[in-house]
Amino acid sequence: MSPELAIRMRGVVKRYGPITAVNGLDLDVPVGTCVGLLGPNGAGKSTTMRLLTAQSIADEGELEVLGYRLPGESKVARAECGVAPQLDNLDVTLTVEQNLLVFAHLYRIGRGERREAIERSLELAKLVDRRDSRVDKLSGGMRRRLLIARALVHRPRLVLLDEPTVGLDPQVRQELWALIDALRAEGTTILMSTHYIEEAQRLADTVLIMSHGSAVAAGPPARLVAEHAGREALEVYGPPARIAEVEADAAAAGLPTRRTGTSVSILGVDGPDGYAPDGERRPANLEDVFVLLTGEEIA
Amino acid sequence: MTVATAASRARRLGRLERPALTGVLVREVVNFSSYWRSSTFSSTVEPTIYLLAFGFGFGSLVSQVAGYDYVDFVGTGTVATAVLFSSAFPAMFGTFVKYQFQRTYDAILAAPVDTEELVTAEALWIATRAGVYGCVPMVVALVFGLDPAWGMLTVPLIAWISGLGWACFGISIAGFAKSFENFNYVVSAVLTPLFLVAGTFFPIDNLPGWAQFLAKLNPLYHCVELVRHAAFGWEGWSDVLSLGVLVVWGLVLWRVSIYAMTRKLVD
Repeated sequence: MSPELAIRMRGVVKRYGPITAVNGLDLDVPVGTCVGLLGPNGAGKSTTMRLLTAQSIADEGELEVLGYRLPGESKVARAECGVAPQLDNLDVTLTVEQNLLVFAHLYRIGRGERREAIERSLELAKLVDRRDSRVDKLSGGMRRRLLIARALVHRPRLVLLDEPTVGLDPQVRQELWALIDALRAEGTTILMSTHYIEEAQRLADTVLIMSHGSAVAAGPPARLVAEHAGREALEVYGPPARIAEVEADAAAAGLPTRRTGTSVSILGVDGPDGYAPDGERRPANLEDVFVLLTGEEIA
Repeated sequence: MTVATAASRARRLGRLERPALTGVLVREVVNFSSYWRSSTFSSTVEPTIYLLAFGFGFGSLVSQVAGYDYVDFVGTGTVATAVLFSSAFPAMFGTFVKYQFQRTYDAILAAPVDTEELVTAEALWIATRAGVYGCVPMVVALVFGLDPAWGMLTVPLIAWISGLGWACFGISIAGFAKSFENFNYVVSAVLTPLFLVAGTFFPIDNLPGWAQFLAKLNPLYHCVELVRHAAFGWEGWSDVLSLGVLVVWGLVLWRVSIYAMTRKLVD
């Protein structure tokens, strides 16, 4: 029992036939914080989310959600959690309000409080004036706001957001960030998976970088950057031959590099040894850490 | 909430809880308000067409079957057809659509609802619809001259029990099916023969012995028997046996459907 942790995972393994989707994952989500699960596609983020609602059952390891042991006590834990899935599963032929009403029942909100809970969710999603619209008449951004508001209808202590802004315009993404940030300010614990680095950097107190089913690094974004990528990076542009040459030189000087597609970034150039070809200096960022730790090839 | 109150509460919620069943049922009822017209149409018009086509088509060739007017014989028999059409088919297709395309079940299982409760509530809902839609052919037959009887008041219940079994059958098929196309095999190889050899359109007494034996294993046959006896007079132990078959069929398929859907939804 760890009451100060909303989520505690130790050595969790989940296999699907020959594929190990989650491979010895340790994850701590302290109460009242927002933890970002960052990783490339296929790193095991969605499986981790499914494990936390016992829709997947772990093969090995320990899982606790809000102090309840999974999978045995999962139902009690789920009553106090809100889940916004990656794939929209709203009832599209129902209205906004009907969708919230259904979930007010599924989350066992008493008759007396149901009305108020639905109103609060409508306001949170900024859909008060669209309450009678059918979901299939809403824009993508509105649907995603409704999906998140639906997860909050019963005021959960812990919210699981699986890729909350995937596939949305930058403007819509910012709206959702504001919504999530407001939630965070209220003290709700959030676990959010994402592969958008900016999203993790802006919203998460702690980031856990996942690769091939396990954690490769964890900590506050700024600390991860300082630890793994240093203070500054040097961006060198040029034809492929020049980039390969710079990479080889940097490797000889013991500096990590990563490609960005059009250039090569040399990390840790703020060190004392001073290997520095011509290029643009910029502050190191979480993306550097991400690519460095999860590898450049896409699985 | 403080840690102390959390710890003093039940660590585990029970099975088949009423709030969970209600939640799933509320979702169905609210959804029904958006599609009841088409659903009511398909569940009632098709058996009525069978009733009219066979009743008057064949009825012009054969006026009496097994001692009944043929229209009355078919009018009571097609209750079972209506039950089948409004339970097995929606259960099969609806369940598949809800987990595969709409991902509704993912959303429901993230709430405090277990697969057992989800499947049970879905089956109860479909059975209730079958209980209502099942009566339609009989009501049509009443209009065409079937004599009313007190026993007919039990028909909604017979249709409900029968519908529960067929709903669970449909959910099980959806749970085991790998793709939509697999349903074709079930419809052609299982449902169509069962639907035809149930004593709905012709009595099974004249069939070869082996076919009679198989027909008596058909839950639809027992539904037909019970409805006919409800309308024309009960037949004692034979009806108790028919009811027993429907109850056992329902209970077995209920557990099978939970097993099939758990396999599908929880990995």
